[in-house]
Amino acid sequence: MIIQALAFYLFAAVAVAAGVMVVSARNPVHSVLFLILAFFNAAGLFVLMGAEFLAMILVVVYVGAVAVLFLFVVMMLDINFVRLREGSLQYLPLGALVGIILLVELVLVGGAWIVSPAADAALSHPSAPAGEMHNTRALGGLIYTDYIYLFQISGLVLLVAMIGAIVLTLRQREGVRRQSISRQTARTRAESVEVKQVPSRSGV
Amino acid sequence: MDQLIVLLPLIGAIIAGFFGRLIGDRGAMLVTCGALLISAALSCIVFYDVAFAGNARVTELFTWIDSGSFEVSWALKVDTLTAVMLLVVTGVSSMVHVYSVGYMSHDPHKPRFFAYLSLFTFFMLVLVTADNFVQMFFGWEGVGLASYLLIGFWYERPSANAAAIKAFLVNRVGDIGFALGICGAFLLFGAAGFDEVFTAAPNFANTELEAFGISGHALTIICILLFIGAMGKSAQLGLHTWLPDAMEGPTPVSALIHAATMVTAGVFMVARLSPIFEYAPVALELVTYVGALTAIFAASVGLTQNDIKRVIAYSTCSQLGYMFFALGVSAYSAGIFHLMTHAFFKALLFLGAGSVIHALSGEQDMRKMGGIFKLIPLTWGLMWIGTIALLGIGIPGIFGFAGFYSKDIVLEAAYAAHSTHGTFAFAMGVLAAFMTAFYSCRLMFMTFHGRPRASREVMAHVHESPQVMLIPLYVLAFGAVFAGLAAYQYFVGDNKAAFWGEALLVLPGNDTVEAAHHVPLWVKLAPLVSGLGGVALAYLYYMAAPGLPAKTATALRPLYLFSLNKWYFDELYDRVFVRPARVIGLGLWKSGDGGIIDRFGPDGVAASTQNASRRTAALQSGYVYHYAFAMLVGVVVLVTWYILSQLG
Amino acid sequence: MLEIGLGHYLTVAAILFSLGIFGIFLNRKNVIIILMSIELMLLAVNINLVAFSTHLQDLVGQVFALFVLTVAAAEAAIGLAILVVYFRNRGSISVEDINMMKG
Repeated sequence: MIIQALAFYLFAAVAVAAGVMVVSARNPVHSVLFLILAFFNAAGLFVLMGAEFLAMILVVVYVGAVAVLFLFVVMMLDINFVRLREGSLQYLPLGALVGIILLVELVLVGGAWIVSPAADAALSHPSAPAGEMHNTRALGGLIYTDYIYLFQISGLVLLVAMIGAIVLTLRQREGVRRQSISRQTARTRAESVEVKQVPSRSGV
Repeated sequence: MDQLIVLLPLIGAIIAGFFGRLIGDRGAMLVTCGALLISAALSCIVFYDVAFAGNARVTELFTWIDSGSFEVSWALKVDTLTAVMLLVVTGVSSMVHVYSVGYMSHDPHKPRFFAYLSLFTFFMLVLVTADNFVQMFFGWEGVGLASYLLIGFWYERPSANAAAIKAFLVNRVGDIGFALGICGAFLLFGAAGFDEVFTAAPNFANTELEAFGISGHALTIICILLFIGAMGKSAQLGLHTWLPDAMEGPTPVSALIHAATMVTAGVFMVARLSPIFEYAPVALELVTYVGALTAIFAASVGLTQNDIKRVIAYSTCSQLGYMFFALGVSAYSAGIFHLMTHAFFKALLFLGAGSVIHALSGEQDMRKMGGIFKLIPLTWGLMWIGTIALLGIGIPGIFGFAGFYSKDIVLEAAYAAHSTHGTFAFAMGVLAAFMTAFYSCRLMFMTFHGRPRASREVMAHVHESPQVMLIPLYVLAFGAVFAGLAAYQYFVGDNKAAFWGEALLVLPGNDTVEAAHHVPLWVKLAPLVSGLGGVALAYLYYMAAPGLPAKTATALRPLYLFSLNKWYFDELYDRVFVRPARVIGLGLWKSGDGGIIDRFGPDGVAASTQNASRRTAALQSGYVYHYAFAMLVGVVVLVTWYILSQLG
Repeated sequence: MLEIGLGHYLTVAAILFSLGIFGIFLNRKNVIIILMSIELMLLAVNINLVAFSTHLQDLVGQVFALFVLTVAAAEAAIGLAILVVYFRNRGSISVEDINMMKG
């Protein structure tokens, strides 16, 4: 129990701190690295909750792909250090006010909520207690049967995103010589060889 | 036949106006002149038929307005009065058409000119053949329109445009009176046709009309209103300012419209409405006074004018005054008689002046003329015939030119009225005759006699007009010489009752024309004597002692300036009417229309839309974080509201 | 305190979520921070979903979180591609310079 609580508080604190640093770091590379840290800690939280498949997926997809992508772009764009501009101060009072209102509401909700008595009946796919089946297996049993269409569509979404990203960023540079394989293999004798009549004893 | 007389000029106008380019200048001139000459010939036949054979008639064409008790139809009323006018109008118009063939030979817009002339003639004929008030008003407005078009014929000239607008506007003021008079007549009589009104008039001789709490003698009010219309059209004192400026138009226009026909429409109207005017003696007094004052005013101004056409214009104005005061003393036939003779000799004078101007390469200022009578003898002779006719020179009892007969009967009738207004008119008329003689002879002496004051090249080009311009002058001169003698007995003499028939009404006590034949001898000789006196003075001033005019002008400088500047009427009107109207107009336009209506209407709506959209557009700053912030605030508001509503 | 219940996880998720939000409009540096803040928000939502799924013993929450993950990855890819193209055309990704949509 204690270890659980300790682990939770550790993961939670580091995740929040990393989140703060993401927003306020000066160097964008640092921001990305702190984001990666936040993801890791969130994965830890997931494991604590018993959703280990999701935690691993988080690490693989988010950290391995998305955060690395961020890093690529940050490096590629050659961004200068930007000192925090002073203009942000004018919004601080208004922002603080909005934040306080949000906080108050959260506390209100947090302190006064109850689970609806009909919640049990609303469960659509009750999972077995954790010990019976792997989380992975249980998830697989759901997404390949009841949610197969959504699963396929999310695959399509990823495909579209990939195509979109390529379409947006691909550019033909001027003056770059490229191979055109089809042209090379479609070459005919007529356009590549020419017989010249050279009179004897003189060069070409 | 009556319809043909009226419609032929219209057909000519339409063909020349719309197809002028198709048929060419010659075609247009042929069509219009031909139509007018046929019309004139038919008018002679109708004149004989109606006036001598006594077949006065009304030809109904078709119904125009049929609204409740207000029924008006297009009908041609042809009685002796109409027949006389038909003869005058078509006769002078056809002569002017033929004259214009020569006068306007260098003008690039001939078809338009001839179309306008024929159109004017059509409207005038509609006016004189009208059987009801509304038709007369139609013709009235139509001649005003044609006058505007013709005065402003050379529309590239700003002065011509201004003069045309001035004529139209001043006429308009008169037309208000006319329209009100028509409304009053309809209100009183319940009908707009002349026959019904004239038969009903005696029954209303003593009715009172009430409006806005004031009540007055109905017929007097109506007649005064109608007379205001006549004042505008016939350039009587007060609404006369347009006539001299109308000389901006080509000379044939001046001859036709501003000498013989349009300006006499007012005289015709009062004569036509004699059955109602007879029952409104106060109105008749007013007519007399206005006519007499106009006669003397115009004559006094004509004394000092330097433009040849303006002198003749003021002469016309003065002679119209004569006609009106003749009507005012119930001598309607005398007034119409003078109208007819005046048409002949005034048109002759105008056309002759046109020939002079043509000969002198466009010069109109008499101070630059002189010494040309040997070079253009025919024109000189014809103008002298016109002048003598205007002066009313003749030998009593034996022979006189046209003006001698008509002017004398007018003045005799004025005297014979034996009333204050009549005698006043007589005195003014005699004085005006003296002045008329003076300025007419002044015109002749300055233009033709003495030493030439024009430049060498102008004098070298002085030539007689072509025959096409002279023949109309011969015809008019014939009328100027013999018309008076021929028509005297029928118009105002022993045969007048049979001649006029029912056309003019004179109540039994008022027959001044009859009484005019029995006035004392000195009355009969007075106009002749004053005329001859004027001639003698003019001879003295302009032939015998040429230095006298300048000396008199310096000696009597204020009077000279007063006369030269037309008694400062234009300046007075400008100050009293034109400038305030302009200020009011500008004010209403800028502050009223622009400041209030536009500001709260379209401009205001547009401006507030622009304002609102500008402010809303400022919300889009382009910064994503502003938008995100807005979204956040929105979410917070939603959640707060939800929580609060759940709490309650 | 020691007993870690649903509320704790929800609190963590809420804090992460608000951090993400404030990161969007309090940042003046560059656009990548905005994209990363969005990722933070999505992470917080995932934590929320999984927490409820665990608490209610209902696997749907985790399935949903899986799909959220997929979409977040796709969106990050496209967002970065747009950013790269924008940088190519404009030469700057400073947030204050991006105001071409100014009405």
